[in-house]
Amino acid sequence: MASMRDIKRRKESVQSTGQITKAMKLVSTVKLQKARGRAERSKPYFDRLYETIVQALARSGNIQHKYLTAGSSPKKAIIVISSNRGLAGGYNSNVIKLVTRGEFKKEDVVIYNIGTKGLDAFKREGYEIKADYSDVIESPLFSDAIHIGADVLKAFIEGEVGEIYLAYTAFKNTVTHVPTLRQLLPVDSSIVEDAMADHTPMNYEPGEDEALNIIIPKYLNSLIYDGLIEAVASENGARMQAMDNATNNAEEMISDLTLLYNRARQGSITQELTEIIAGASAIS
Amino acid sequence: MADKNFRLEVISPDRVFYEGDVEMIEFSSTDGDLGILAGHVPLTTTLEPGILKIHEQGGVMKKAALHSGFVTILPKTVTILAEVVEWPEEIDINRANEARIRAERRIKSPAEEGGVDVLRAELALKRAIARINILK
Repeated sequence: MASMRDIKRRKESVQSTGQITKAMKLVSTVKLQKARGRAERSKPYFDRLYETIVQALARSGNIQHKYLTAGSSPKKAIIVISSNRGLAGGYNSNVIKLVTRGEFKKEDVVIYNIGTKGLDAFKREGYEIKADYSDVIESPLFSDAIHIGADVLKAFIEGEVGEIYLAYTAFKNTVTHVPTLRQLLPVDSSIVEDAMADHTPMNYEPGEDEALNIIIPKYLNSLIYDGLIEAVASENGARMQAMDNATNNAEEMISDLTLLYNRARQGSITQELTEIIAGASAIS
Repeated sequence: MADKNFRLEVISPDRVFYEGDVEMIEFSSTDGDLGILAGHVPLTTTLEPGILKIHEQGGVMKKAALHSGFVTILPKTVTILAEVVEWPEEIDINRANEARIRAERRIKSPAEEGGVDVLRAELALKRAIARINILK
């Protein structure tokens, strides 16, 4: 049986870990609230843009546009959003698995990475990492999304990559986060089907083609921005859950250790008493 | 007679900037300045950095600096999706002045040939001028 002092030391160490995880949980909760607020504020913009683009595509029919057809290059750009910090349960590994366990061939993938956890994992696996924007994930701005969007779009236009994907964790609610792989370019024309019913005529100034030239990159940026803020919310949600579990486990361990400690204390008292009695009876 | 007002929504990525019934709006598009009244033909157009003037009912006019984005105009509703839009009181005049000087310098002595930097500086200059004008 472990000595009283060992058990006590163990208990104290678990206790301080429990305090840390509890504090981290509280911090994540606050960050989650903030991230959720931001996600909600950006939703109207995102929805409207989506509507506009769907309608624009529906009206333009089957036109051939450079953003609507895949490039000839077999390479696929994947923007992967993970986090800079760990201790968030399966959050990072789930989003990384989307790429490593997906149907992509390693040679065909070009990674645009956001989040140092993802960077480490892809380096280890030997993926081609084209760019890293890990510093934006702490508090993503719309201008960051524009910047990233411009980079991937350039690669698409110059024919370096044929398709662009976004791998991120969608935020459904506080406890449900879904790792999601989304095709950004070419724009998936199946989204158009539902909008076909709407036949309000629309003029484009400048021409339809040019309007698409301008609107699609904006759509791309807003999808990336949406991905970023949802990822931040999911990260904090995942960390909150992980830390909640850790705190509960710590409490459980503390109660087990307290029991053990008391048993050991009682044992040592009993032993001492037996020794005293034995000593006293030896004298008499 | 149809209603003379129409619904205006100005939405940026981080907030719903403006929402309400208005009589007329004016803004700069890539093809020139536009004034929109109710019952306009459907039109989608892209924006130039400039001033958005919102004429509300009862002759009240509000101004905002509007940079990059596009507008969807339908007879009864107008939706402006702006990447950046600011009320005058949110603009820092000193910063705008500095940005203007910086942009002008860059246009006069381009660091490298190729035109990308000049284009970017021209856009920055337009934004700075829009910000400065709105405060005048």
